[in-house]
Amino acid sequence: MRYSRKLAGAAYAAPVALFVLVFFVAPLLLVGRMSASDWPLLAGDMGLNLPENYQGIGDNPLFWPAVGFTLKYTGIVVVLLIGLSLLLALIVADRRRGTGFFRTAYFLPTTLGLASASLLFFGFYSPAIGPLDPVMEFLGLEPVSWLGTPTAALWSTVVLIVWKFAGFFMIILLVGLQSIPPDVYEAARLDGAGRWQAFAHITVPLLRPALGLVLILSVTGSLLAFDQFFILTKGGPDNSTVTVVQLIYREAFQRFDLGAAAAISVVVLAALLVLNIAQFRALRKDH
Amino acid sequence: MRTKLWSTSYHVLAGGLSVLFLFPLIWTGYASVAPHGATNQQDGYGFGNYAALLDYDAGLLRYLWNSTYVSVLTVAFTLVLSVLGGYAFARFTFKGRDALFLITLAILMVPYSTLLIPLYSMLGDMGLRGTLVGLALVLTLYQLPFAVFMMRISFEAVPKEIEESAMCDGAGTFGVLTRIMLFAVWPGLITVGLFSFLAAWNDFIAPLILVSEADKAVLPVAIANLRQQSMGAVDFGATQAGVVVMALPCLVLFALLQRHYVRGFMSGAIKG
Repeated sequence: MRYSRKLAGAAYAAPVALFVLVFFVAPLLLVGRMSASDWPLLAGDMGLNLPENYQGIGDNPLFWPAVGFTLKYTGIVVVLLIGLSLLLALIVADRRRGTGFFRTAYFLPTTLGLASASLLFFGFYSPAIGPLDPVMEFLGLEPVSWLGTPTAALWSTVVLIVWKFAGFFMIILLVGLQSIPPDVYEAARLDGAGRWQAFAHITVPLLRPALGLVLILSVTGSLLAFDQFFILTKGGPDNSTVTVVQLIYREAFQRFDLGAAAAISVVVLAALLVLNIAQFRALRKDH
Repeated sequence: MRTKLWSTSYHVLAGGLSVLFLFPLIWTGYASVAPHGATNQQDGYGFGNYAALLDYDAGLLRYLWNSTYVSVLTVAFTLVLSVLGGYAFARFTFKGRDALFLITLAILMVPYSTLLIPLYSMLGDMGLRGTLVGLALVLTLYQLPFAVFMMRISFEAVPKEIEESAMCDGAGTFGVLTRIMLFAVWPGLITVGLFSFLAAWNDFIAPLILVSEADKAVLPVAIANLRQQSMGAVDFGATQAGVVVMALPCLVLFALLQRHYVRGFMSGAIKG
């Protein structure tokens, strides 16, 4: 009986095991092999060439600008997203008239796909049909080229991402807020603490696990940004908004060099692993 | 007085923000039917942009079908794998159980783009590159960590007594799964199904890389390509019509399954 139950368990797990082996473990090993090989897109494996692909990363004129831009973009997005989603969560935390509507309004952009949202804003920012130029004109201001300069393209994309994801992070923080027992606030109030003191000394510390999750998700998501820049800015103007993942895409499918793309991918994977472990450690230490 | 001021500023802030959040959504619906010289809806309100989309390249219906097919296939693969796997992890002990569960969760640690490069090459060797089945398999991979985790905790939450009484009646483990457990974990099934459908329906980079033939394109890729139509000029009207077509199923699912959305996020929060 025990033996057959063990066998049955293994049998139920077998499809997942097989799938994970073929579609996760095998490609993970293969990307290492590809990164060490001369591997043109069409010709395929042309044999080992270690460490050529890795040396090529440093020589790629787009690599460091892409790393710098991705980090800058991540910093801006993470700060704005956490700030705004915390504000939204606080707005809708207490049940009062209108919170149901506000919750839905803030959350609705999250239901869209990232590519759909990017295409939406591609039209939204366009001088051809976008609603922004008429508004600027109405206010007596000069029309702005929302995607035309490096700075404008960066901030326009940041607005899109904050709009798309703030509601999602609001829900995570809302769950965290609602897990704080109300009597803690009651006790603080009796001790004479004001709104801000309660916020700083109760809400923020008790919200740490939820804030930590929001931090990890937004950092990882922003570092791996692709869709929004591919659709909205195409990396332009003048390659000023090329992210690291876009660089991988370009090496692989525009310069047809899978080996070089694989090498950058391995570097990105290593960097993310180190970062994630560091973030987990930092958050665990707090507890 | 103080509370009144607080309440007014609260409503101004909350209301103002909701206008900012809703405005782009309302605008895209409006722009897709409003008259505009640079679009296929020249005068008066109407569905000219949608008509243009119907005839664009392989046709809107083709892209809708491709997206639906890939999404349904992804949901089916994800549900089968995560139900069997979740049942195994929750109710059985076997060799390698914890290692397999950890490796499955570790998929989350590896960036999408890192795996797409080798998967592109592997799917080519398997004859699955450029096929919608191959695309659905890759999309399933990224649903597995959440789905297996979700189904594991769903099965674990079912009281063991229910199962044991069925066992006494002579049912095997598979009979228990299909006749009893599946009904007990249905909220988990809906959450997993919903999330994998939305992820597959909206994914962009995997179909962009893995499927190059125009008549096999899924909606997001087709609509993104549409921008380069008509001699370099961008068809903004049809693009916004495409956004509406892509968004509608997501909004409908949200309206119908709101509770399950929050459920999914909650388990995400627990994970952290």
